[in-house]
Amino acid sequence: MEIDWKTYDPGKFYDEMISSPGNPRQSSRSVAGYLQRLSAKQLARRQLAADLSIEEMGVTFTVYSEGENIDRTWPFDIIPRIIAQKEWTQIEAGLTQRMTALNMFIDDLYNDQKIIKDGVVPEKLISTSKSFLKPCIGIHPRHNVWAHICGSDLVRDNDGTVYVLEDNLRVPSGVSYMIENRGITKRVFPELFRKHDIQPVDDYPAHLFDMLASLSPRPLDYPEIVVLTPGIYNSAYFEHSFLAQQMGAELVEGSDLIVSDDDCVYMKTIAGLQRVDVIYKRVNDEFLDPEVFEKDSLLGVPGLMRAWRAGNVGLANAPGSGVADDKLVYTYVPEIIKYYLDQDPMIPNVPSYRCDDKKHRDYVLENLAKLVVKPANESGGYGMLVGPHSTVAEREKFARLIKRHPRNYIAQPTLNLSTAPTICGQRVEPRHLDLRPFILQSDRTYVTAGGLTRVALRKNSLVVNSSQGGGSKDTWIVDTGSK
Amino acid sequence: MLSRVAERLYWSARYLERAENTARMVRVFSYMMLDMPKGVGINWRQLVEIYGAGEDYDSHHRTCGERNVINYLLSDLSNPGSLFSMLSAARENVRTTRDLVPSEGWEHVNELYLFAKKRLSGKYLSKDRYEFLSEIIMRCQQITGLLAGTMSHGPAYQFVRVGRNLERADMTTRLVDVGSATILAPGVELERLENRLWTYVLRSLSAHQMYRQNVRRRVKPEQVFSFLLKDTDFPRAFAHTIGEIVSCFSHKLPNHDEPLRAGLRLQRLVAEADASKMHGDALHDFIDVLQMELAELHDRIVDAWFLPDMVNDEQKQVMS
Repeated sequence: MEIDWKTYDPGKFYDEMISSPGNPRQSSRSVAGYLQRLSAKQLARRQLAADLSIEEMGVTFTVYSEGENIDRTWPFDIIPRIIAQKEWTQIEAGLTQRMTALNMFIDDLYNDQKIIKDGVVPEKLISTSKSFLKPCIGIHPRHNVWAHICGSDLVRDNDGTVYVLEDNLRVPSGVSYMIENRGITKRVFPELFRKHDIQPVDDYPAHLFDMLASLSPRPLDYPEIVVLTPGIYNSAYFEHSFLAQQMGAELVEGSDLIVSDDDCVYMKTIAGLQRVDVIYKRVNDEFLDPEVFEKDSLLGVPGLMRAWRAGNVGLANAPGSGVADDKLVYTYVPEIIKYYLDQDPMIPNVPSYRCDDKKHRDYVLENLAKLVVKPANESGGYGMLVGPHSTVAEREKFARLIKRHPRNYIAQPTLNLSTAPTICGQRVEPRHLDLRPFILQSDRTYVTAGGLTRVALRKNSLVVNSSQGGGSKDTWIVDTGSK
Repeated sequence: MLSRVAERLYWSARYLERAENTARMVRVFSYMMLDMPKGVGINWRQLVEIYGAGEDYDSHHRTCGERNVINYLLSDLSNPGSLFSMLSAARENVRTTRDLVPSEGWEHVNELYLFAKKRLSGKYLSKDRYEFLSEIIMRCQQITGLLAGTMSHGPAYQFVRVGRNLERADMTTRLVDVGSATILAPGVELERLENRLWTYVLRSLSAHQMYRQNVRRRVKPEQVFSFLLKDTDFPRAFAHTIGEIVSCFSHKLPNHDEPLRAGLRLQRLVAEADASKMHGDALHDFIDVLQMELAELHDRIVDAWFLPDMVNDEQKQVMS
């Protein structure tokens, strides 16, 4: 497998590295040339070295299937995905704008609801939302920020336009893979790092720590910060323990914490009970506090909401933030940005059809074969219909579902996701991908340099989720102006 | 350090040590069955009794043949005390505390589990039993050594040390109980057999050689008793294990008053025991007392470090 870009044809898709056979894009030119100079043997050896280090480092994700847990290694492609610094600066500004507006929106929903009173979004957006949590009404978290950690999925269409596909405001995962991927590429292509100006990504845990510390109710130099995990059987457990280690925070389970009569949270240590200031929660809201939500939850901490409402503990993300990553809310984000910031969105939304709107619904039902249908309240790529790849039976099933619960679905045109060269057996072929940058927001905003690029390893597949045959690539923000 | 994590480390060390001790026990008992004259009343069932598992055994098995007992003690997953159950439990505990145990530690525990699983699955160990048990013992020792040599000797390691030594103390008392000869049929000519029994007890603890170096005399019951219970230098001697536990408590762990008191009481109890009076029933009763005290020590450990919700409000104010 020697690379010859002249025989690499992305076809009708926008390719991140090669604009047409034999022509690398400007930001990728030097890397493409370097890859082409490698012999087949050298290239294979480097992919092998990468696979080995992944195994050694124990980078895994857990798939729960048929009642058994399997720790799988995360497939990784060594050819980096490159984005020019100039383009990234704009995306970064767009993400900051989006997060700022979304946080103002959440704070408004749980307090004055001005945006509804002003008729910008309909009231039913809340009244029919599973993720609008009544116990959060009237609360102003520190800095009035609710979603402190967000992973927004970006995709690029045929013409090169970047869209936000969705915002993950509950418990977005994947950031540990972004950091591990960089570690692997550094081992595999050290010479490229000497030659190029590539923005580092491994300062993320430090920024995460600072952001969490800013939520502490006690002004201390060393607030006690913990990562709350549902436990070893959760698919993202690897990430939970990775982030806890990197931040030097304690990794706790629900049973390690108690809320005392003074409405403060304590963790049970061998030296007795120790006050906890900030919890980075990786447990879903509905399991968080059996006193308020799911009564039988063993993952949560009884009284946690009480402590949070009393202002005695910081929670990231704040409970109830999920209201803004409802797919129906997504369709209103451009209006939300306009309303709070009086600006036009810098990164556009994918045009979307709301199935609870009669006109939209009729269009969707007539064009199912062309559209992607998504449930409003799920994540992980499950329960979605990709029209062009669907069977008649699947389309009939979704038509029934949409008619029965129109509020639960939105539809979007099938995007021609961009591709990037990926090693597939003995060849390098174009594969579709997306990008998940991570945004941290409290009194300041931080956006990762790049993010996690996920690749659909199956030919022609558009589904990039790790649980469904996806892999990943290292993402480079490269300043082509220097060096 | 989180209580839950401390508790898991403590138990993983106990499980591993118990697996090793079970291997030792079965190994020496198998030898003994070959050597003991017929009619002295020793049988395989007594091996189950040493573990206090007679009732549980009877609910699953009708006969006490070698095959049933060996399977019950080594591979039976429905017996929570079997060697394989111990290794599974140890593995699960280490798996969930991987961030504190050096990664080779986890790898070795995992390999040990896989090794036992392969050798025990559906097979009855007959001829290759000794070799299998010796391998288990060696691998457990390897893990103990690996942790001692690669893990920081802070609180996390101290819980491993406490667990290991507490379990070791427990097994030493059970083995000394074998020497009390109450397992022999009444009326059996004691003198000759007693010496032989004590030799086996020493061998099972890898203590024969150390005993000879220390005592420089042929095996005599009183001396063996003193060596195995009162010696403070031999690592599997009761007094030594308690000494280890006490030193973990007092130097490295916070909030140690109650457990320390229980440990010191045990130390005194053994130091003051009169070896010349420890025969037959008296020895057996004394061992019972030690076992009860060990259970008490465990309870104090649980209260002090694993159940901090019990901490009163006054203490909490100081902590926060």
